[in-house]
Amino acid sequence: MSWLFSFIWSSLGRKLLMALTGFCFCMFLVMHLFGNLMLYGGRDAFNGYAEKLHQLGVLVTVFELGLLTFGIIHVLTGSILFYQNFAARPVRYAVRASGGGQTLGSATMPYTGFLVLVFVVFHLIDFHFADRTNATIYDIVSTAFHDPFHLATYIFVMIVVAVHVSHGFWSAFQTFGLNHVKYMPLIKGLSLAFAFVVGLGFGFIPIYIALFRGQ
Amino acid sequence: MKKSIDLTLKIWRQERTGEKGRFEIYRANTISQDMSFLEMLDVVNEELTKEGREPIAFDNDCREGICGMCGAVVNGRPHGPEKGTTLCQLHMRHFSDGDTLVIEPWRSRAFPVIKDLVTDRIALDHLIQAGGYISVNVGSAPEANSIPVSQHHSDKSMDAAACIGCGACIAACPNGSAMLFIGAKISHLALLPQGKPEAARRAIRMVKAMDQLGFGNCSNITECQAECPKEIKIVNIARLNREYVKAYLVSEEK
Repeated sequence: MSWLFSFIWSSLGRKLLMALTGFCFCMFLVMHLFGNLMLYGGRDAFNGYAEKLHQLGVLVTVFELGLLTFGIIHVLTGSILFYQNFAARPVRYAVRASGGGQTLGSATMPYTGFLVLVFVVFHLIDFHFADRTNATIYDIVSTAFHDPFHLATYIFVMIVVAVHVSHGFWSAFQTFGLNHVKYMPLIKGLSLAFAFVVGLGFGFIPIYIALFRGQ
Repeated sequence: MKKSIDLTLKIWRQERTGEKGRFEIYRANTISQDMSFLEMLDVVNEELTKEGREPIAFDNDCREGICGMCGAVVNGRPHGPEKGTTLCQLHMRHFSDGDTLVIEPWRSRAFPVIKDLVTDRIALDHLIQAGGYISVNVGSAPEANSIPVSQHHSDKSMDAAACIGCGACIAACPNGSAMLFIGAKISHLALLPQGKPEAARRAIRMVKAMDQLGFGNCSNITECQAECPKEIKIVNIARLNREYVKAYLVSEEK
């Protein structure tokens, strides 16, 4: 199986790992967003959704372990790539200008990625591992978003996530070798649209709760 | 109409590999705008020589944009600010009187500076060597239709083969990756029947060599495509990715 190691552990293999795990996270974001939309339905709708989800039992655990594994792969591989890419240019340029290739997303991938990682840790502590003996998940979410610091942080990070996926989404297709004059403009358009949907979709929910929903 | 301009140049001077370099400031006065960038440097060097100072070392050969020998980073842009040109084909009419130009060598771990603006790009030759051979019958010209190649494929292959190996893609890449270079070399042959039998081995070995030579990793930033003097596109990198996956998952090569 040494061929498999060589395959995965080359620069190109690691790029494929980043693309595969990253693309799966994009799909997860879609599912997560659909779940979050239940918050517009109010307390009962969201709590009901959460209950239904947890009735899946072991499936949820399997899914969570899958996400954790993919997360570890994405973060570790990304960190190695970041270090290697930094080391590939020991003397930096005195003047650096773009020829028009890079975007806000592509130029900041490691940094936005790091912010998202920090956010995910706090996000899990806030909601996933929250004490639910005296409060339903809706109450926990609602309390959190009525706190201005929580609200502002959450919205900021959603913009960061949008910037991260704006490059990540189309980049995954390019890495899989799916670049063709016919459909690449469509993929690039989709990537931008996806970033907007993620940013606005996730970002507007806390605003809605803070402004239009009582605690 | 002839117009001449005065420039301030901040140029990287480095005695030899491994030694500490520094920027030095030079004046380039009454530079004709009809000159190429390298001719402007020639003028500066002539002045330096007359003054008994060490002229600025820079690589060049054909001076018509096809050999891939020249190249420096001008104000943060490999081969200067114009699209699709090499440094030797960049003309001084694109600059204005009083401009300050910062001129640096390619910066990459794989391209150590030999002197001033001259870098050692032997790593690109090592990449080509790693790609190995292709099997082609030599001798008298073959019958034209014995190996059919569609015009479409021949054109796309030629687009990739336009690579002059100057290294601007690596210099432009924020990660110092050589993926556009390899992508061009792989695509050049992957699109033709000649070289098909060795395609899998070529893809695997060239990627392995790239990793060993100290280049960075591609993260699809596409600065390479924006700066390539031959305007080689990243579809060639996508093709390399396909060839690489195919080589590992379909062929016997490892």
